[in-house]
Amino acid sequence: MTSLPAAATRKLGLVIDLDTCVGCHACAVACKEWNDGGSFGPLPDKDTHGPEPEGVWFNRVHSYEATGMGSGEWGMATAKSEAKSSCTSPIPDSQFLIPGTIHFPRSCLHCETPACVTVCPTGASYKRAEDGIVLVDEDKCIGCQLCAWACPYGAREFSAQRGVMQKCTLCVDRIYNETLDEADRQPACVLACPTRARHFGDLGDAQSDVSKLVAERGGYALMPEFGYQPVNRYLPPRPRRDASRANSHPQPAAEAIDTTQMSPLLRWVDRVLSR
Amino acid sequence: MRPTFSIIFFTVISGAGYGLWMLVGLAFALAWPGCLLDAEIGPVDAQSSVCGMPSTLAVAWAAGFLLVSAGLLSSLAHLGQPQRAWRALSQWRSSWLSREGVAALLAYVPATGLFLIWLGQQSPGHLVPALLLENETLVRVTGALLAAASIVTVFCTANIYACLKPIRAWNNRLVVPAYLAFAALSGMLLLWALATLPSRDLVPAAQETVWSVLLPSAVIVLAVISAAIKLTYWKQIDQPSGLRTAHVIGLDGLGNVRSFEQPHTQENYLTHEMGFRIARKHSRKLRLICLLAGFATPAILALLALLVPGPGGVAAWIGLLAGMFGIFLERWLFFAEARHAVMLYYGAHGD
Repeated sequence: MTSLPAAATRKLGLVIDLDTCVGCHACAVACKEWNDGGSFGPLPDKDTHGPEPEGVWFNRVHSYEATGMGSGEWGMATAKSEAKSSCTSPIPDSQFLIPGTIHFPRSCLHCETPACVTVCPTGASYKRAEDGIVLVDEDKCIGCQLCAWACPYGAREFSAQRGVMQKCTLCVDRIYNETLDEADRQPACVLACPTRARHFGDLGDAQSDVSKLVAERGGYALMPEFGYQPVNRYLPPRPRRDASRANSHPQPAAEAIDTTQMSPLLRWVDRVLSR
Repeated sequence: MRPTFSIIFFTVISGAGYGLWMLVGLAFALAWPGCLLDAEIGPVDAQSSVCGMPSTLAVAWAAGFLLVSAGLLSSLAHLGQPQRAWRALSQWRSSWLSREGVAALLAYVPATGLFLIWLGQQSPGHLVPALLLENETLVRVTGALLAAASIVTVFCTANIYACLKPIRAWNNRLVVPAYLAFAALSGMLLLWALATLPSRDLVPAAQETVWSVLLPSAVIVLAVISAAIKLTYWKQIDQPSGLRTAHVIGLDGLGNVRSFEQPHTQENYLTHEMGFRIARKHSRKLRLICLLAGFATPAILALLALLVPGPGGVAAWIGLLAGMFGIFLERWLFFAEARHAVMLYYGAHGD
């Protein structure tokens, strides 16, 4: 049934730290590897070793540069008044330090009221009542692709090879898998992250580690104006301490030296070293 | 959004078919069974109050059947697993696509009913009991049901697109009226053209005149309404959305954000399906062609047919061809011009 279940108390999801993500794509690769062999796989590619490879990935990592904020890679910036939209930015509207680059992993947010589920004509797309995970039943999917159109986050990709829609399963075949060590019962992307930028847990429980992390760091949901109530949260980049120090203590200018006062040897050394 | 041929063909052709069925249904419900327009054709037999079905309506029914069925079959071509299409009938509680499928199949019920009435009249006494054929109320109700089911199906088709919030050009309150108006316009153009075909009915001049005035007048009215809806719609979707990449990653405060490295080196499903750009480059010219062919040409030809009686058939058929070309172009633009919010993650501008 593609009608939504009554609000789940458990809301399993991811918290992604944009401060520590280095854009290495390890999460995306680990995801592809696990799910290619997992119970929701395979994830076949077209033209795998050719010039135009194409296939489904559940996780995509974008890399952005903040531009128009002065010359430095790490610089001071004031939030422009035009940037003040109806949706509050997690970055305070004052002088703040912005990072020049943001690496942004994008995957299913396991929304509480996802349109991708309600638009599905077959019941293939569904949200689990017990933990809120949004899944696709690949035996029922007719491949009409309406769910992908309905998702503003690009979470769903159509497999031309299999003729069905595929998406992040939150590694539902790992997190409850009792044949794995308890420490391994986490989504593959979370375990693979070398900078611990990804966290998995129950965002419906205010006392969970992930909920505390979100509260502490001002975690936010993507595009709340659509009303789909994403469960996943993103943690904004922290202000850069090093950059602020560099800015408040500018590097001293080079000392003035009158080389004519120096001995020929020192003058020669200065000339050589100045090259 | 990528304009997929199977979907454009489906929405235009089935829209025309349902438009035609709507008119056939209305004709059955309001005018035909009691021979309101003409008492001279007379009832099928002396006891019946129901007239013989005019051949134009029978041909229109058949054309509607072909168009609706061809359109629905074409929509299956878009599916990744067309053999499972029957599953799409199950989720009518939440999904407009499912509702459309149910409504489309339900429309065949009154359509079959009208077919049986026609069949019964071809061979009186066999196949269909005369009791049913002579029941004027039953014939009117069947016609009304066909008209209603046709309108509901097009309404559902339009809502499949209108309910998608990430595509601003579709999540617009004019989308549903536009689909309904274009279905009615294309149906009316078809009926006008079919009515000019040589008919074996003995139609008196009075009724002939009613048809030759009523149909072109309706074409003019529907063309003007359709053009007004489309012009207003284009004006609305041309307003900039103001959405930017910084917003979709939730960091509005960063101001301008430029994508310096894409997640993948080649295209993927999203950029292929939702990153269609070329239509917006030529938007002005294509819209103008659409207006001229789809709405202006049929309206002017209909006006000529009203003023200069005689070569009405030529005007009607040229009007139909131009009108269908224009509506195809309109539907292509409807898809091709629409932007999807996900493209902002890929650094697209505007929406």
